[in-house]
Amino acid sequence: MSKPRVVIVGAGHAGGSAAAFLRQYGFDGPIYLVGEEPLLPYQRPPLSKAWLKGEADADSLALKPDSWYAEAEVALRLGGVVTEINRGAKTVTLASGEAVPYDFLILATGARARMLPIEGADLANVLALRTAADAEHLKRVLGPGKRLAIIGGGYVGLEAAASARALGAEAVVIERERRVLARVACTELSDFFQRYHGERGVGFELNAGVEAFVGEDGRVTGVKLADGRTLACDAVLVGVGAHPNDELAKDCGLDCAGGVVVDLEARTSDPHIFAIGDVAHRPLPLYGRQFRLESVPNALEQAKQAASAIAGRAGPTPEVPWFWSDQFDLKLQIAGLPFDADRIVVRGDPDTASFAVFHLKGDLVQAVEAVNAPPEFMAGKMLISRRTPVSLEKLADTAISMKEVAA
Amino acid sequence: MAKITYIEHDGTEHVVDVKPGLTVMEGAVKNNIPGIDADCGGACACATCHVYVKEEWRDKTGTASAMEESMLDFAENVEPNSRLSCQIKVTDALDGLVVSMPESQH
Repeated sequence: MSKPRVVIVGAGHAGGSAAAFLRQYGFDGPIYLVGEEPLLPYQRPPLSKAWLKGEADADSLALKPDSWYAEAEVALRLGGVVTEINRGAKTVTLASGEAVPYDFLILATGARARMLPIEGADLANVLALRTAADAEHLKRVLGPGKRLAIIGGGYVGLEAAASARALGAEAVVIERERRVLARVACTELSDFFQRYHGERGVGFELNAGVEAFVGEDGRVTGVKLADGRTLACDAVLVGVGAHPNDELAKDCGLDCAGGVVVDLEARTSDPHIFAIGDVAHRPLPLYGRQFRLESVPNALEQAKQAASAIAGRAGPTPEVPWFWSDQFDLKLQIAGLPFDADRIVVRGDPDTASFAVFHLKGDLVQAVEAVNAPPEFMAGKMLISRRTPVSLEKLADTAISMKEVAA
Repeated sequence: MAKITYIEHDGTEHVVDVKPGLTVMEGAVKNNIPGIDADCGGACACATCHVYVKEEWRDKTGTASAMEESMLDFAENVEPNSRLSCQIKVTDALDGLVVSMPESQH
């Protein structure tokens, strides 16, 4: 019997890592990696941070060097677009018409930036930040004296604002809600980040609706707000969330629910097809629900799950979901998700720029958001995974070390 | 180039050439050496690139920063020679470096 053949659709962090883990786990069948971008798999998180500030180059972004793919016998099809999955024949069809057979298919198609369907959205310099090409474009239009309008006060927006300031550009964040990070963080953290950014020259327009982008000669020159004002700018960054690229999966009848539904092996409703990374709607055993996560740790964990299942070895130990963000000199580390939390404990003083917010359900830690506070993050992550009760008084008392709190 | 030996927890050795300027973590990841996951890509945010630095190399690899120390404080299987490999920059002086890995990074 010939060796099984794996086709990976999507050559981002998840897809590239799945190929690498398959080889680490001793899988020696053919691997075919198809990606729409012209680049080898690379890390996206630095795009809004180190890369935008010019502190990282293409080599350091790449997951593996060029030579690795040939050595590991991973066949690359960059710039390749898959148009259809034929589950009966077990093939994927490329835009060229070519049918590529698989025994196992891994969907790692990621998510795409949501854009605003408003007037002027097609003007030049109205940008998203998702790919290296996006980041390159944004970097070109930033610089001393330039003015960047950022639509959406989420992580991408705030990271880009901090990077823009580091490059000497002006930045204003325009947010529909009354606080930044409204969808992803608690009020305490939102207030802190807004204040910290404000003190470093980032402007904010909260509760602000965006009517249109206005321009001259096809290039954006301003953002027209719902209250009638127009804010002048040289470029617009739209950071208002992402859509899972689950159309291929839907079209071939796989179960989808705002992402491709998978189990703890990252297997879809078709046993020969896996889905990993931003596109997957995955179980979160710690929280008793299914959810879609957009993060590198999630991409890596699911890449390991799929690679383990295909290579026939035991799956990885389930992990606590976690996230990080760098803004100015702040390192934000988040562990867990605040599902079902009924109380908040703040440990430390936000005015010192080193503190943590714990989200608890009774005396169980569900999530922790730690700003320049690695012990709180690390101990919090441990407490979340162990499901051991904690004393709220001790947790709030910085005189008691996290080691003792978690003991 | 600096020759670096990475030893997996089961004793498997990997000897690779790493370009000065990269970190010891990047040397492992770019060569697909199992056991160093480096979830955060080198941001000192996750402690999944934990290694043990062989005794005779401890001086040359320097000391951990306060941030690295506090991450290591809560990692599993920490020893006095534990370091986060994303925080060790490779230089010519590290030619011959030997690091080994803990049983698990998670």
